[in-house]
Amino acid sequence: MALRTLGRQTWLWKLMSFALFFGAWEIAGRIPISLSFPTFIETFIAFVRMTFNGEFATAYLQTIQPLIIGVAISSVAGVGFGVLMGLWRTMEWFLVVIFIILYASPVAAIIPLVTYMYGIGLTSKVIAVVIMALPLIVLNCYKGVRHTHPSLIEMVRSFQGSRWQEIRLIILPNASSLIFAGLRLGIGAGFIGVVLAELLITPTGIGDLITYHRSVADYPEMFADITSIIALSAVSLTVLLKMEFLVRPETRKR
Amino acid sequence: MNQVAKNMTETKQDTIVEVDGIAMRYEGGVQALKGVDLKIPSGELTSFLGPSGCGKTTLLKIIAGLLTPTEGEVRIRGKKVTGPGPDRAFVFQDFALMPWATVQRNVEFGLELRGMPKDQRGEKAVKYIAEVGLAGFEKSYPHELSGGMRQRVGLARALAVDADILMMDEPFASVDEQTRRKFQEDMLDLLSKEKKTVIFVTHSIEEAVYVSDQVVLLSPRPGQVQRIIRTEIDRSKSPDEIRRDKNYLDYVDDIWAVLRTYL
Ligand SMILES: Nc1ncnc2c1ncn2[C@@H]1O[C@H](COP(=O)(O)OP(=O)(O)O)[C@@H](O)[C@H]1O
Ligand SMILES: [Mg+2]
Repeated sequence: MALRTLGRQTWLWKLMSFALFFGAWEIAGRIPISLSFPTFIETFIAFVRMTFNGEFATAYLQTIQPLIIGVAISSVAGVGFGVLMGLWRTMEWFLVVIFIILYASPVAAIIPLVTYMYGIGLTSKVIAVVIMALPLIVLNCYKGVRHTHPSLIEMVRSFQGSRWQEIRLIILPNASSLIFAGLRLGIGAGFIGVVLAELLITPTGIGDLITYHRSVADYPEMFADITSIIALSAVSLTVLLKMEFLVRPETRKR
Repeated sequence: MNQVAKNMTETKQDTIVEVDGIAMRYEGGVQALKGVDLKIPSGELTSFLGPSGCGKTTLLKIIAGLLTPTEGEVRIRGKKVTGPGPDRAFVFQDFALMPWATVQRNVEFGLELRGMPKDQRGEKAVKYIAEVGLAGFEKSYPHELSGGMRQRVGLARALAVDADILMMDEPFASVDEQTRRKFQEDMLDLLSKEKKTVIFVTHSIEEAVYVSDQVVLLSPRPGQVQRIIRTEIDRSKSPDEIRRDKNYLDYVDDIWAVLRTYL
């Protein structure tokens, strides 16, 4: 919702809010509010340097791969399970509880367990992404399917529509806003999952870069690392929002 | 003598819908209808009138085949109703429009479900959108329209499938008074061209008398047929003349006399 409003604002407003934010950061860094808090300019210089000397590229090569695989698995399986659970009672009884438990549990605590079972390679990271992202996607899709307006279903039946038409033409389009909301939350959680995995278990990728810069007290570099992952996450969500506009033309007019 | 003549004209009408001993008890035990018998003449406008909660919607949905009664059966041209059919089209009280689809697609939807090719159904939809007075709004979305306009979309969708029987559940309930009158007049105009049998649910006495040939008065829950009143009003007069017509006012008073006993 907030993202959508942001998308509608003019460039000028966006620029101004960025300027305000970075200005405040610069001032906070100059006071300084903490010895480990760099100014915006120092961070920016570190950011540019690491972008061009290949440090980010090397790190993200390792981070993005499990992220993409994990998000892809979670999206396909999540939409699939969520929709099936919404349409089919038996499936609902079996699975809802599992996903609600997964959703409610402190997953960060499970991640070390995953390493214990799968080692510190790609598999562990992918699993970390999936356990973070999947429950959110599943539960949102499920909710979207279950909340179809009964009179729309009745309308399809009154025109002798088949069950398949009911699902394809009413239930899925009706659920699409919650499905996309689930994907947005899932991608956000996937980022958390991959960074957690890299911080907690597999010292590789951007997580390792953060750990390293902290250990040698290169704070501008550390903040640049963190900023880069936030920026990447924001870009991914914006891309998803554009996709939603394509799939759901009616949202463009709102 | 007069009575005999009247009976003769009544039997001359073909019955299209026969409601025979319908009772409806919902899961959970609410008895909505009990022993409802009714004949609906072909080509006329019949309205169901009764206090809120007396089972009007239930009865309409049973005729539509959307609900299965616990007792009795409905026959259409002598054939038992087992579900919705192409001979009936429903206009929903809450419009039941797809918020993600344009007016055009919403109006086409009944035809789309029946697998009519796109250009063919598009043409039909354009025609009915114009007939309900919404030409120019084809590309609008429901949330951009007023309540009255949305209901017109629902009406156009029902007309587009060209069913013989048009069923409307309080189509004007959520529309303001001016729009309501205009819509009633437009609807009568349209229906005189389309030659359909219309079953119409309302809780407004004036509306029932104004639009229908036959008013079915239902008792409070469990709904039973209390009285059937045939309104003989000269419909060649203008809407304002009709609303001041002596017969019109007498029917309104008659019905009010019955309904007030329920309060
Ligand atoms: N799905 C349902 N389950 C249980 N009771 C219902 C259901 N639908 C309607 N009812 C009850 O049946 C009665 C008749 O409802 P309805 O046909 O909607 O009345 P009306 O349209 O005349 O206002 C009401 O008391 C209502 O509460
Ligand atoms: Mg009702």
